[in-house]
Amino acid sequence: MQSPTNFLKHKGWHQTAIIAIIGGIYVFASWILSFDNLAGFTAIPRAFAWLGVNFKPTSSSMEFLPKIWQKLIQTVLLAISSTVVASAISIFIALLGSKVTGINGTVQTIVRGIASFFRNIPLVAWSMILLFSFKQSDFTGFLALLLLSIGYLIRAFMEIIEDEASETMLALKATGASYFQVIFQAVLPQILPSILSWILYTIENNVRDATLVGILTGTGIGFIFDVYFKSFRYDAAGMTVLAIIIVVIALETISNQIRRVIL
Amino acid sequence: MLEVKNLQKSYEKDKPALTDISFNIKPGTFVAIIGPSGAGKTTILRSLNQLIKDDDGQIILDGKDIRTANKEQLRKFRRQIGMVFQNYNLVERLTVIENVLHGRLGYKSTLAGVFGKYTQEEKEEAMSLLKKVGLENFALKRCSELSGGQKQRVGIARSLIQHPKVILCDEPIASLDPASAQNVMELLKRLTDEYNLICIANLHQINMAKKYADQIIGIRKGHLVFDEDADLLSEDILRTLYDQDITKELE
Repeated sequence: MQSPTNFLKHKGWHQTAIIAIIGGIYVFASWILSFDNLAGFTAIPRAFAWLGVNFKPTSSSMEFLPKIWQKLIQTVLLAISSTVVASAISIFIALLGSKVTGINGTVQTIVRGIASFFRNIPLVAWSMILLFSFKQSDFTGFLALLLLSIGYLIRAFMEIIEDEASETMLALKATGASYFQVIFQAVLPQILPSILSWILYTIENNVRDATLVGILTGTGIGFIFDVYFKSFRYDAAGMTVLAIIIVVIALETISNQIRRVIL
Repeated sequence: MLEVKNLQKSYEKDKPALTDISFNIKPGTFVAIIGPSGAGKTTILRSLNQLIKDDDGQIILDGKDIRTANKEQLRKFRRQIGMVFQNYNLVERLTVIENVLHGRLGYKSTLAGVFGKYTQEEKEEAMSLLKKVGLENFALKRCSELSGGQKQRVGIARSLIQHPKVILCDEPIASLDPASAQNVMELLKRLTDEYNLICIANLHQINMAKKYADQIIGIRKGHLVFDEDADLLSEDILRTLYDQDITKELE
C-alpha cells in the first residue's frame, strides 16, 4: 500500500510523461513529413489575405444570387428529407437493437455492426460508390446523406433508449403491459425530446455535408460552387460560401429555439 | 395468499444469490424485507413478478404458480401485482393522470393500449385514486414538475389502478426526505388494510419497518434468517442480520 504523497507524486509524473510523449509524437511526425512548422503558421495570414481579396463578393456577383439561392434551397430540402427518412428508419432499427428494447443478443450485435458499417465509410466514399449506380442526380446525394445519417442516428438513438427509457420500461413491463404498449406508451414519449434534438443536429450537419456531396455528385449548392470556382469566378464562389454560412447559422438559431421549447 | 417455497437464484455459477427462501404472506399484511445491501432483497422482490427469472422453487399466488406461467399467463399475473420503485419510474414528460392510467395497460388489447384509449370508468377511477393519494389537483401536471414524495404517490396510484392483490415496493422511501417518507409509508399501510393487499417493501430503515410492518423478513447473504411478526424483531436478531451493533440507530 503506497502512501498518498507517493501516489500523488507518481500521478504527477504520469501526467508529465503523457504530455511529453504527445509532444514527441508531434515532433517526430513533422520530421518524417519534413513539415516546416514556422512556414505553415506564417502562411495562414497570407491565405486569409488572398481569400479576402479574391473571394470578396462584388456588385457584379449579385447577378448570381437568384441562382445560388435556388440551389441553396434545393440543398437544404435535400438535407431535411434525407434526415427525416434516416430518422424514421433509425428509430425502428434502434428499438430492435438496443439493450433495453432489443429482441436478443444476436440482433443487437447485427444492428451495432450495420450502424458502425454505415458510419465508418466516409461520406466521400459513399458519394463515389453511389455515383456509379445512380449517376449525377439529387438522388445520389440524398442516398449518400441518408446512409451516413442512418449510421450515426442508430447509434445515438440506441444510447438514448438505453439511458432514458430503461426504468419506465421496467415499470410498465411489471404492470403486465405488452411489448408494443410499453414502446408506444413509455419508451417513445420518454425519449422524444432527445430524439428531436438529434434530428435537428443531423439536419444542420447534413446541410454542411450536402455541399461536399454536391461537389462530388454534381448537384445542389456544391455543384455551382465547383463551377464558379473552376471557371475563376472567385467572387461568385465567395458569394456562394457566404450564402451557405448564413443559411447554416440561421438553421442553428432556429433549431436552438425549437430545442428550448421542447426540452 | 402468497406462498414462496424454496426459491433459488444464482447470477454466477456456484455463487448463490438466494438459497432456499420460503415464506407465506396472508392478505392484509404489510411486510418489510430487511437486510444489508447485496443480501438479495431486490432479487426476491423482482422474482415475485418474474422481472428476474429465478432458478428453482415455487411462487404461488392464490394457488397458482407464477413461475410455470407462459407469456400470456404471466401478463395476467403481473397485472395483479403492482410495483413501486425507488426512482418512481414514471414517464416524466407525461401528465400525472396519463402515468396513473398506464396501470390499466395490462387489461387492454394491444391496439387500445398502443394508442392510449382509456374508458370513461378508467379515467374516473384514476381521478378517484389520485384523490385518495392526495394529488387530485395535480392530474394534468407533468410528472417532471412534482416533488419526490408526490412522484412516489403517483407510482402508488399507478399500481392501485391495476386492482392488485400484491404490491411490491423496491426501496420506496430511499430517495425521499423524512417527512415524505413517513407520508408514503403511512399511505402504503392504510391502503394495505383498506384493500386487503399483500404489500411487500424492501427497506433499509429498521425503525420504519418496526413502526409500519406487520411481518418482517430478514435476509442475510441470500439466506432467510428471520420471518416473524414485527414485534418479535429483537436486537439479537438485528446483530446477526447486520453483523454488527446497530441498535443505536434505532434510538
